[in-house]
Amino acid sequence: MEIVLAIAIGVLTGSGVWLLLRPRTFQVIMGLSLLAYAVNLFMFSMGRIGLAIDKEPVLASGVPQDLHHYADPMPQALVLTAIVIGFAMTALFLVVLLALRGMSGTDHVDGVDARNSQEMP
Amino acid sequence: MSIFSEWTSALMPHLILAPIMLPMFTAAMMLLLGEERQRAKLVINLASTLLGLIVAIALLKWSKATGGTASMGVYLPGNWPAPFGIVLVLDRLSAMMLVLTSFVALCSIIFAASRWHRAGVHYHPLFQLQLMGLSGAFLTADLFNLFVFFEIMLAASYGLLLHGSGRTRVQAGLHYIAVNLAASSLFLIGASMLYGITGTLNMADLAQSIPSVAAADRGLLHAAAAILATAFLIKAAVWPLNFWLVPAYSAATPPVGALFALMTKVGIYTIVRLWTLMFSSEAGASALFGSMWLIGGGVLTMAFGAIGMLGSQRFSKLAGYAAILSSGTLLAATGFGQNELTAGLLYYLLSSTLAVSALFLLSDLVERWRNDGSSFSPYDEDETAPFLTPELTPQAGTNFDEDEEVLVGRVIPAAAAFLGIAYLMCTLVIAGLPPLSGFIGKFAMLTALINPLGMGSSAGMQLGTPGWTLVTLMIATGLIALIALTRSGIRVFWASHARTAPRLRLVEALPLAMLLLASIMLTVKAEPVMRFTQATANMLHAPGTYVKAVMSTRPKPGPVAHEAPSLPAESAMGSATESATGSRQ
Repeated sequence: MEIVLAIAIGVLTGSGVWLLLRPRTFQVIMGLSLLAYAVNLFMFSMGRIGLAIDKEPVLASGVPQDLHHYADPMPQALVLTAIVIGFAMTALFLVVLLALRGMSGTDHVDGVDARNSQEMP
Repeated sequence: MSIFSEWTSALMPHLILAPIMLPMFTAAMMLLLGEERQRAKLVINLASTLLGLIVAIALLKWSKATGGTASMGVYLPGNWPAPFGIVLVLDRLSAMMLVLTSFVALCSIIFAASRWHRAGVHYHPLFQLQLMGLSGAFLTADLFNLFVFFEIMLAASYGLLLHGSGRTRVQAGLHYIAVNLAASSLFLIGASMLYGITGTLNMADLAQSIPSVAAADRGLLHAAAAILATAFLIKAAVWPLNFWLVPAYSAATPPVGALFALMTKVGIYTIVRLWTLMFSSEAGASALFGSMWLIGGGVLTMAFGAIGMLGSQRFSKLAGYAAILSSGTLLAATGFGQNELTAGLLYYLLSSTLAVSALFLLSDLVERWRNDGSSFSPYDEDETAPFLTPELTPQAGTNFDEDEEVLVGRVIPAAAAFLGIAYLMCTLVIAGLPPLSGFIGKFAMLTALINPLGMGSSAGMQLGTPGWTLVTLMIATGLIALIALTRSGIRVFWASHARTAPRLRLVEALPLAMLLLASIMLTVKAEPVMRFTQATANMLHAPGTYVKAVMSTRPKPGPVAHEAPSLPAESAMGSATESATGSRQ
């Protein structure tokens, strides 16, 4: 499970960074989303007791009350907040993207037509 | 004044919450007002910012008066003891930053009242939310809440940057938002790695547990700190990561640019705060980790900022590069980890922020004056160069010094004289020339660098290559900034051809005068201010006090006592996460 998760995070991050460095705004926003997913998965795996598969989410009666018997709730709380914030920011970014698209008539991140970008600064 | 301090101490543990709650309520209230109630919103915004300034001054006085180890206000919003619940901490450094923030914000909103707040919708709520994020970032003592407050601050700053719209702003905003979203991802990665290693997000608890991290985990700890620091360095505009700053800041409306001058200081603040807590000399094997990176990054940033200043002519661009220059200086000085130097650094932080904000405000007035009332230069619109026609002959009315009339005895209009003097003062502060506060800040830093034991004593430690590099660069960048600013100043104020007198309104001149007056006050009151920053620096470099104050604060007993023993590990970490998870309680 750790290996699968690590590979998933790596692939998402790699694709995200690659897309983020592309000149088209749509690719940039997809890259940012992938990066956000990778970060969220990464945070899940950073719980105090590792991944804690098949453990109680919180303490329950009949289970010994020590750290080995329940999952760390903290990463979940953090991920929830990060998702909410990341989602709002992505929505805002999308609006800016559309505004720039409307103003410049191209979806290049610098607002220039990529074919002419060599000639015109 | 005694009534004032009595009132403060009566309110005290709860007053720490005010810098966050006041802007939040104000913003929420203003959202309920319709968009046509601009004047009411402006009045509310002004009143709230003024009240915020008064509260910040009260907090500063409180943190100064109580002295010693008790000079730290710790507030437990969730009433959980320190490593489990969230904590707000007020110490001298955060109180100082709060006063600076409120003051610059007050100047900015007065300036915006002249015309800029009408350039788009929801200026006032966004402004207040930005203040909330800034204050929260200064007060929080918890990594994840730092992230939340950073995001509040950034979300508001995106809105403020785009305020007024226009293609330049949207384009600069696109880069700015993309860079900051990537930085937020880095922040989360760093914070969650630190949590994975140490099991805590509380800064004081983190500082406590770093010396005892297993040797096998230490590389991972350093990697986590470096990733986290990268997120802050992007905010602080360190060299390879600052390409977005100048286009974004100079594209923003001038009062927003003045407010944004604070945002680079948030990056510096968090680095100073976290670095001195986590990697102080008491941190065992990790002591002073990354100091060379901070110095190196700072030095490169200084060089970049200085070269950028040489290469720019418009005042808003100059102000942007001046912000980069000042944050580079601060960063490099942080990396040495000496308390004398840190004291000088904090003084320089105050003075340079005021000067950069003033320069942003000034840029608006000068641009408008030069373009006879319009906000855009005529040569920005079409393709011709500012002085030359396409045939490379001077345009009519351009002064090339030869065969010009004698300038002696020409009457300078009062408004033009005011602008000129304001510009002169900004130049003196940014370049670090006497007699203003920039000189004192730089002088204090140079003295501390050359002889950390103080001016009188003969024995000092060896400066080394990094120290000499910083000394050289601080003097050299001062000279370069002087050249760049003087050149632009001559072009605008001296070599001006027949031009109408600038029309200044009181609401525009007042905030500028306030910022400059604050800089003068900083000079006049240099001794008490330096004593204050010295006490702050001493406390920063002895993190034991901070850790003890946070960890020993006990929650207030609730009305229902002696229930079943609570399970501390179950507590949620932040108020934001609490509301997000909901049923976790």
